[in-house]
Amino acid sequence: MRMSANRIKAWLVLIPCIVVVFYFIWGFAAYTAYLSVTKSTFLPDHEFIGTANYRVLFDHHRWWVAYSNMFIFGGLYLAGCLALGIGLAILLDRLTGSETLFRTIYLYPMSLSLIVTGLAWQWILNPTIGIQKLVRDAGYPDFKFNWVSSPDHAILTVAFAAIWHGTGLIMILFLSGIKSVDPEIWKASRIDRIPAWRVYFNIILPQLRATLLTAVMLLGFQVVRSFDVVVALTDGGPGYASDVPARYVFEYFFERGRIGQGSAAAVVMVVTMIAIVLPYLYFEVRRKEA
Amino acid sequence: MRHYAHRTALLYGALFVCALYFLSPLYVMLVASFKTLAEVRGSSIISLPEVWTIQPWIKAWSEACSGLECNGIRPYFIATFEIAIPAVAFSVLLGALNGYVMAKWRSRSADLIFTLLLVGSFVPLQLYLIPLAITLRELNIYGTTAGLILIHTVYGIPLTTMLFRNFYVALPDELVRAAIMDGAGFFKIFFSVILPLSPAIAIVAVILVFSGIYNDFLFALTFGETGKRPIMAAVQNIVASSYGIKEYNVNIAAVMISALPTLLLFLVAGRFFVRGLTQGALKG
Repeated sequence: MRMSANRIKAWLVLIPCIVVVFYFIWGFAAYTAYLSVTKSTFLPDHEFIGTANYRVLFDHHRWWVAYSNMFIFGGLYLAGCLALGIGLAILLDRLTGSETLFRTIYLYPMSLSLIVTGLAWQWILNPTIGIQKLVRDAGYPDFKFNWVSSPDHAILTVAFAAIWHGTGLIMILFLSGIKSVDPEIWKASRIDRIPAWRVYFNIILPQLRATLLTAVMLLGFQVVRSFDVVVALTDGGPGYASDVPARYVFEYFFERGRIGQGSAAAVVMVVTMIAIVLPYLYFEVRRKEA
Repeated sequence: MRHYAHRTALLYGALFVCALYFLSPLYVMLVASFKTLAEVRGSSIISLPEVWTIQPWIKAWSEACSGLECNGIRPYFIATFEIAIPAVAFSVLLGALNGYVMAKWRSRSADLIFTLLLVGSFVPLQLYLIPLAITLRELNIYGTTAGLILIHTVYGIPLTTMLFRNFYVALPDELVRAAIMDGAGFFKIFFSVILPLSPAIAIVAVILVFSGIYNDFLFALTFGETGKRPIMAAVQNIVASSYGIKEYNVNIAAVMISALPTLLLFLVAGRFFVRGLTQGALKG
């Protein structure tokens, strides 16, 4: 069959896009997966060594710290953004006056980079110039607040800063969801004298499962790719107490010259992501069809 | 009635407390960047300055040191725009063309490419770093402005394609059919029928892609040219690498300046941000 001139032009136009998809995205991902089973150190090396990089990785205490930090950080980040974001969406929905000012205030962090976010919070939390110093100067010389430099708490401060950055988007998603719910519900609930908070939690929010799915996915991908905010806030420290996989991969690629091992870590990141996302998606899609 | 007033006060109280949490970093940075170093070191960065000074802003702009270079953040600021402007132009134009083909010249293979593009946009960027380094070396543009323009064009395409495709799908197919009847070809239809309908989505795409490139750290850090690194990598480096006495006020002013472009963009065009992000979010 002969293609029309227009169809041929359509394909020609798509060439850059095809290069991006098959070379820069999927080709690169596959190449990194391949490097994870090679002996690559400072430069890519094509000697096949099977699962050796993975075994080194899984024996590495530092990797497990980074890997479990991803879950601690991720759990807090999701819980924080969702609770605060949904809470603010409900509060703004209750507001009878203009919501523009408050909405702008809750949303603006989203326009800032995670580097700016991390650095700003690092100064506020810094014991020698931030909150600790302020409270001590105010007449409480024994006050102690050094979470940012404490091995047990540093990852919590990272979550705290990231929540500050991510809440606005969740709020705006849920606010538009809440506003799209049939207003008849409010009339009916007033007649039945159902309190407003019960309308939100028992009637409106359960209808917003699709919004929740979107929000969880968006936040989840943020968790896996978190790098900037950690570098800016704690740089993985003290020691490697607040390291995360994305930072581990970067360091093993470019600072330690262990490309094979770094690639193995990157592959584990992706596999973890798929292992969490697929069942959730499957469950939600099944639910929708049922 | 009194019960009602009580509730409104509570509502505003809660909104106000949350507003303080969200505003506090901005407040601290503004206040601290107008203090003298002696005052920052003598008191916390949080209290109001006794003497206001603009010196930290001037020093951050033109004198602060990143490694051995002490030209402030100005060169990095300019370098970032040199990368962002062409990359935004390329990825938005390519995204519009891709979106046009995928929405109005649909075929099974075009749909497949779109799916692969979307799913691929969720791959963590770390997986691209080593192959990217190899590719840029081969092309002889490793650590150059051209290299970063290429990177940001390439990885901007999934977002721009998605935005334009979803926008064009909603345009009636009759527009294209009528134009074909009139004898218009593929490009004629794009430039004289489709493109004139696109300003709204193009603004959204430009704002989102620009902010993404401006705020990028990973690629900037990995592939930036020493002395001409993009702004976020430069600012992070300035803050992390100040030797001797840490000039907190200058560092904070540098971060504040680096935050201004996207912050102002948000304040001026916030509704486009929101539209883009919620549309972007709803795709998956």
